[in-house]
Amino acid sequence: MEIKKTSLNKLHQDCQAKFVEFAGYEMPIQYSKGVIEEHKFTRSHAGIFDVSHMGQLFIYGNENLTSDLEKIFPLDLKNLQQNCSKYSFLMNEEAGIYDDLIITKLENGYLIILNAACKEKDFEILNNTLSKKYKMELSNDRALVAIQGPKAVEILNETINGVKNLTFMTGDWFDYNGQKLFVTRSGYTGEDGFEISILNDLAEVFTKSLIKKGAELIGLGARDTLRLEAGLCLYGHELDLNKTPVEANLKWAISKERLSNGGFVGSNKIINQIKDGAKQIRVGIKPEGRLIAREKTKIFNESELPIGEITSGTFGPSINGPIAMGYVDKEFSKINTKILLEVRGKKHPANICRLPFYKKSYVKGVN
Amino acid sequence: MSEVKFSKEHEWITLAGDVATIGITQHATEMLGDIVFAELPEKGSNVEKDGTAGVVESTKAASDVYTPVSGEVVDINQAIVDDPAKINEDPEGAAWFFKLKMKDISELDSLMNKEEYDKFAKESSS
Repeated sequence: MEIKKTSLNKLHQDCQAKFVEFAGYEMPIQYSKGVIEEHKFTRSHAGIFDVSHMGQLFIYGNENLTSDLEKIFPLDLKNLQQNCSKYSFLMNEEAGIYDDLIITKLENGYLIILNAACKEKDFEILNNTLSKKYKMELSNDRALVAIQGPKAVEILNETINGVKNLTFMTGDWFDYNGQKLFVTRSGYTGEDGFEISILNDLAEVFTKSLIKKGAELIGLGARDTLRLEAGLCLYGHELDLNKTPVEANLKWAISKERLSNGGFVGSNKIINQIKDGAKQIRVGIKPEGRLIAREKTKIFNESELPIGEITSGTFGPSINGPIAMGYVDKEFSKINTKILLEVRGKKHPANICRLPFYKKSYVKGVN
Repeated sequence: MSEVKFSKEHEWITLAGDVATIGITQHATEMLGDIVFAELPEKGSNVEKDGTAGVVESTKAASDVYTPVSGEVVDINQAIVDDPAKINEDPEGAAWFFKLKMKDISELDSLMNKEEYDKFAKESSS
């Protein structure tokens, strides 16, 4: 199959991107500055991320759609205000996770942002579960650009006046060059920031305007170190069909109202797991010293018995040390529990630690 | 000091007397990206030509470091273990990895000179 390119591909090339294939797309892993500089620039200034490979699914409908989506997502969508966003999951009956996503209520339906590798399958699952009753559109004509970091609000507001009034996890339509953009105040780096859904034809000129104001393009390499420092899950690593939201320590994303009554796909399993506790749970892990424990590293207790596995591990540039997330047996999940990580045949000491590794600075309200 | 020689695994080596100094090339560091972890062989240990003699890790992945010649490890560069970023800064100078007392100096003969290595590196990365 031919590799797909986003509408910013030429701009990435012009900015000396190193490319990798990701979910069938040619995506920039880093630019000339490298992962660590790009990471730090995002934390101190503003980084631009091309996330156009992600799915932008529009589903059109009214109150019936809201009721039907409540049979799928563990969210209180009836009480969700227009233009407000929620983090959620698409699950199977066993509460295994098909995908994690952000859903936003629009005037005439919903916008769901899906992972690139999952988007086509998600479309099928949703369309079938909704019995093909609603008009659904997995957008091909829109790019998705994120701007993240402490300077993001100032830079983006110069280009799109009014975005500074958005609060965290809300969005709205804005005018840009005679076209409508949908902007949400959200992101996946642990920084304040925005995601902008924009027509492909305008994406390059828009992104260049952000660069001109001092933001810089950031690759997927730094996106990964940023999200890991922020303690955020990555589908295919922390989350998959063999993990439930309870095991992933994402109970906070499940609406309390919905837990009491259930009635969504996977609700029985989730309610039981919350009552009885999950066998394993996702934790933060800090290796002692500089050792990096990558995905699939085996985790042992102090008696050297296996208790789990790392799902993501790297060097955290803002922490200036190694960090990881993984799943361990519940009884070893308490903060400061001493564990061992087997790397290249040797067991190395590490500690269970609090997430996030890096304290986020999301903007909660309008100043 | 002898002419710098290079291996296909992207190590460089120089010889002074029978002691070889070994590190990884500028080209290797460019392919790896930011190096954030380095592990070196133990002083006093013996390493065999083309065997692993350490590890470097970037933010993205771990890579083995090989030794292009056999010998006894007589010194290691602790400074790059303590601050692996030094490897990106000066890979073919201050950020050498380890020194070996060579067993068989003729092992150098099969290695590439600068011109040959530059050509090899260019071809292997394209």
